[in-house]
Amino acid sequence: MYATLNTKSASNEQRNRNAKDPAMLKMSHLSKVYRTHMVETHALRDFSILVREGEFVAVTGPSGSGKTTFLNIAGLLEDFSGGEYWLDGVDVHGMNDDQRSRLRNEKIGFIFQSFNLIPDLNLFDNVDVPLRYRRFPAAERKRRIDEALTRVGLASRMKHYPAELSGGQQQRVAIARALAGSPKLLMADEPTGNLDSLMARGVMELLEEINRQGTTIIMVTHDPELAARAQRNVHIIDGQVTDFEDEPKLRSEGRGARDEGQSMEAVA
Amino acid sequence: MFNYYLQLGLISLKRNPILTALMILGIALGIAATMTSLTLLHVMGSDPIPWKSDKLHYVQLDNWDPNQPYDQESGNPPDQVTYRDAQALMEAGKADKQAAMFKVAYPIQPENPEVKPFLALGRATYGDFFAMFEPPFQYGGGWDHAQDTQHGRVVVLSKETNEKLFGGQDSVGKKVRMNEIDYTVVGVLGSWKPRIKYYDLTNGTLNDPEEFYLPYTTVIENKSNASGNNSCWKNSEPGWEAYLASECIWQQFWVQLDSPARAAEYKSFQENYVNEQKKLGRFPRPMNNRLYNVTEWLENQKVVPKDVEVQVGLSFAFLLVCLVNTIGLLLAKFMRKTGEIGLRRALGASKPQLFSQYIIESGVIGVSGGVFGLLLTLVGLWMVRLLYESYANVARLDWSMVATTIALAIAAAVLAGLYPTWRACQVAPAAQLKTQ
Repeated sequence: MYATLNTKSASNEQRNRNAKDPAMLKMSHLSKVYRTHMVETHALRDFSILVREGEFVAVTGPSGSGKTTFLNIAGLLEDFSGGEYWLDGVDVHGMNDDQRSRLRNEKIGFIFQSFNLIPDLNLFDNVDVPLRYRRFPAAERKRRIDEALTRVGLASRMKHYPAELSGGQQQRVAIARALAGSPKLLMADEPTGNLDSLMARGVMELLEEINRQGTTIIMVTHDPELAARAQRNVHIIDGQVTDFEDEPKLRSEGRGARDEGQSMEAVA
Repeated sequence: MFNYYLQLGLISLKRNPILTALMILGIALGIAATMTSLTLLHVMGSDPIPWKSDKLHYVQLDNWDPNQPYDQESGNPPDQVTYRDAQALMEAGKADKQAAMFKVAYPIQPENPEVKPFLALGRATYGDFFAMFEPPFQYGGGWDHAQDTQHGRVVVLSKETNEKLFGGQDSVGKKVRMNEIDYTVVGVLGSWKPRIKYYDLTNGTLNDPEEFYLPYTTVIENKSNASGNNSCWKNSEPGWEAYLASECIWQQFWVQLDSPARAAEYKSFQENYVNEQKKLGRFPRPMNNRLYNVTEWLENQKVVPKDVEVQVGLSFAFLLVCLVNTIGLLLAKFMRKTGEIGLRRALGASKPQLFSQYIIESGVIGVSGGVFGLLLTLVGLWMVRLLYESYANVARLDWSMVATTIALAIAAAVLAGLYPTWRACQVAPAAQLKTQ
């Protein structure tokens, strides 16, 4: 009962395409419980999702629904309590910190709402951070940094510090940093949340461009307009998944359509 | 990666110059206090002649009062020997080299009328002294056995005395008038300042070496009293000859024994000698001979004063206080960087990698604290020399102590950095990324 399978059997064509695409991210019956000595909080429960290579998936949901927990677990930043998680064909369960760090470094690029650039480092050194942990030789790092910054249009400002840039430019640097290691999966957490609409549009276009070139993107967002631009929407409520297929009619059909699938929202 | 971490450490330290300065100052103060007292301990406790300290032995015999030991508390035999025992041991010549010696004070009467006569402290000893203790010679050398037996009127001058009398020129062959007798200079020493005057601990362990050296036999012939310590457990008869025959102790006796087997032989010789003397009615106490090598002798004589040891303990306590302070500051610093730590984790840094990064940052503080602490140590030692003149020779840094200073500072800073670094690495990366 993967989220993507919670669709009507009608979209056979879609299914065929999906079958050809290997899974980039696959969670099944995943749960995450936070325990304090008094309370158990179920941040995610029986959470299943499948994201295929090359997809652009928007994850939406109200505050506290578990979006960020999902992103953290997907990004190997947090452990999960139960279930299975496969990242690009690798079973993540039982990996130690070192293995997870390496996998994260190789496969995943992060983009955050607040950019999270290191203020003491110039753009070049900021983009360099993940490459350093990858232990690339200096020449290779330089080539990749040049390329990544060129791709986001900031190659000429390599020696500048984050504080000297606008918010949109900072987010572009963050995107360059995420891209420099050529990850297969880009995780974006409200990437335009701190930007005005003009800059947000620019960043969005950049993400779409990156996706067109083959990188899988999972983007958490509040903004329905942005979510609409993604190929597929996943809705999280109360730690459970509701998947909208990427056909507009499903979304417009509303609740009825969803009820036919094994929607978790219905259970909630 | 080391260079990268080092770079990051420097950038981070530059970012909070005041906090950084406080941490470096804290380490430096603790290090300086510790190193100042540790240097005194190290120099006082270190081997003054490491290449042969196991060969040179100090001879002790117990000729003391049958009713009262020489040293009730430690049970040590007397720390000097009588003239007659020194003579007997010299004549027996059982060691590879041997030298009886005592301290003398002679007025020196320079030929140069511009230099006024002055009282100088010297050492009456045998020619072997120079081969045994190896003072460096600037000109000439020591005297030979013939001069010892013939009561030669020869003298070896210290560098300083030669400066005073001859302006530092090669004075070998020239005459020096001392106490109305002319002596021919056979040698002039170079700079020689053993930090501990180990060959004569009975007259001030931190004193400078002598200003001149005369043959022992000549000084005895002159009937010159020792100007060092003289202890008697029964009064000597009046007269010079009677004094020489008395049980008064006023001489030091050193032997060089080139192998442990030779040392064992010498020990049994000592025993035989005392047994023979017992037959003559001397040595009424039970057998209590000693034959310490240099390091054993320094230890036995407690050359390192107790208060220096206490001081070292106190300064280490102070260093600990400084470290606790540094731990607090580092903790504050690293905890402020949880955002960056979370981010680096997200970008692929493993915990060990982050641990290395922050430990190296602590190490950078350690190196800086060490260098600054070294300067403060020099100031501290300078103040010790200013306050205690007798410590002028020992309150000095040597290379091993410089290395120790830096090593101690790095160890201290890394130790101080361990807990804050560990705490920093416990940061849940996910929690930080949202809130930054």
